[in-house]
Amino acid sequence: MPETLVFALEELEKEYVKATSDTKFKEQLRYYLSEYAGRPTPLYLARRLSERLGIAKIYLKREDLLHTGAHKINNTLGQVLLALKMKKVRVIAETGAGQHGVATATVAALFGLKCDVYMGTEDIRRQRLNVFRMKLLGARVIPVDSGSRTLKDAMTEALRDWVTNVRDTHYIIGTVAGPHPYPQMVRDFQSVIGKEAKQQILKKEKRLPDYLVACVGGGSNAMGLFHPFFKERSVKFIGVEAAGLGLSSGRHAATLVAGSPGVLHGCKSDLLEDKFGQVKIAHSIAAGLDYPGVGPEHAYYKSIGRASYAAVSDKEALEGFTLLSETEGIIPALEPAHAIFYLKKLSRRIKKNSIVVVCLSGRGDKDTEEVSMRLGL
Amino acid sequence: MNRIEKKFNELKRNNRKAFIAFITAGYPDLRTTARLAMEFERSGVDILELGVPFSDPMADGPIIQAASQAALKKKVNMGGILELVKKLRRYSQIPICLMTYYNPVFCFGQERFIRLARTCGVDGLIIPDLPPEEGKGLIKYAAKSGIDVICFISPTTSLQRIKYIAGISRGFIYYVSLTGVTGARKYLATGIAGRLKLVKKYTAKPVCVGFGVSRHSQVADINRVADGVIVGSAIVKKIEEHLGDPGLVSKVGDFVRNLKGSRV
Repeated sequence: MPETLVFALEELEKEYVKATSDTKFKEQLRYYLSEYAGRPTPLYLARRLSERLGIAKIYLKREDLLHTGAHKINNTLGQVLLALKMKKVRVIAETGAGQHGVATATVAALFGLKCDVYMGTEDIRRQRLNVFRMKLLGARVIPVDSGSRTLKDAMTEALRDWVTNVRDTHYIIGTVAGPHPYPQMVRDFQSVIGKEAKQQILKKEKRLPDYLVACVGGGSNAMGLFHPFFKERSVKFIGVEAAGLGLSSGRHAATLVAGSPGVLHGCKSDLLEDKFGQVKIAHSIAAGLDYPGVGPEHAYYKSIGRASYAAVSDKEALEGFTLLSETEGIIPALEPAHAIFYLKKLSRRIKKNSIVVVCLSGRGDKDTEEVSMRLGL
Repeated sequence: MNRIEKKFNELKRNNRKAFIAFITAGYPDLRTTARLAMEFERSGVDILELGVPFSDPMADGPIIQAASQAALKKKVNMGGILELVKKLRRYSQIPICLMTYYNPVFCFGQERFIRLARTCGVDGLIIPDLPPEEGKGLIKYAAKSGIDVICFISPTTSLQRIKYIAGISRGFIYYVSLTGVTGARKYLATGIAGRLKLVKKYTAKPVCVGFGVSRHSQVADINRVADGVIVGSAIVKKIEEHLGDPGLVSKVGDFVRNLKGSRV
């Protein structure tokens, strides 16, 4: 991280540590999460999907039902409250699929802060609906035309903005990557997913699930689901990355499956890079997974064998997208559609009575245009 | 004593300030970079800062970003740049700092990189995304090999960190004139003199000012309060303006002499 940002990161860390033991802050966050965002979200037993795939019980953690349509708001609510405590008058964000951008624009509107969102021009093209939503919410969407014109470049550009306006601006990073304290802080704000899921499954099944499955781009919804189960060794974690056009094509975003150690955007983790340390351009049909890095805690989970990671291609994700729509009447975002398709692979090798919890991190409205084009509907 | 230290001693004896010129290595190509280096030495540049192109240069503005992208398209990499420095050393003893983001160093292997850089004749390293706390090991290892890792102090650096960074930085201290990325600005940021005075309280090391400097008057203003000045984007922009021009090297050389204030 550039020296100019160090003071802001230190300030943020201090404020965050203070907040974690501040009952008033926690109460305030709980209030907005329930009254404004709509928590707790249901843990829904997807019977027809379970039957279709031959898995005893698939539960969907319905983050898609949250206000703004994805899990991202869990984190933006937490961070905007911190921004207010730090007396910042402006927030900025990077966004890929636009869900984090929308969630940031939403909380900025809610608290009357100025908001600029950086978004790659390729993502602006394929996530038009979300661009419109952000503008409607009063945010400026700043197009980023460098590099791959997707999430990575949006993040680099947001960091440049932050270096310039650091005194009055808070940067709301949307995933469990970036410099400390972001990976830890975003994880903690997203852990509400796993904490709820744990209570809900124990109530419904009187036991813990066998598998947790979630898609991984930067990895925030997956980390939010996994982390509260970390000590429950019987629960297996599976993160599903984007294999794009196939791992051998070189056009994918499967950082943990096919990357190597590297340092990008202030954290050491796995990275898609060439042998000279230049960051490669990722590819996925899902803009939210289209990132060549990944949260460092996922790289850690992988290194100690606590979680395993798999990759699902663009084509397979489209199949997951229609599969869930047809069997359950739920249109998923393309990102968790990767996790849905993975269940098909998982079903071939798990015990008959297995219970699987999948994080349905967002809803698919934003993707309908892109999918109808691809499927020729 | 390495070339950087020697240079600052010499400058001090002559009561002169350092002029540090930055260019992106391999822009427009490595051959031109070598010719520019020689031209700069003739033009009175005291230290050459060679930028290693990186895919995600988060501390750089649009001009250096574009130059990095162009160099990367020509497959310029760390190995080729070190090779270039080695060749330059046959003709020139100008102190050379490499400006590189951390990942290319990390991927090369920190120690392997330092050893090779030393053999090739590199004198200093500037790594804008590596906080000194995280770079302690690298700074120490480099120092043992006679390579200075130059650290940054910015307008937002706390007093406590100023003391720490002033202590750990080697060669000189890079004071970032503004909160922002590299690139020319119309006016210098205010408060530079006061900040430099504060830094100087805690160190006898030379302090040089960079970011946003693009004209002679700004160079002169900075030289009144600092030990030297670093100019990057303005020079790279000049290169861009003369792309394809056979007179590129001499024209950029003229520009640098003008900036410095020496007669063309």
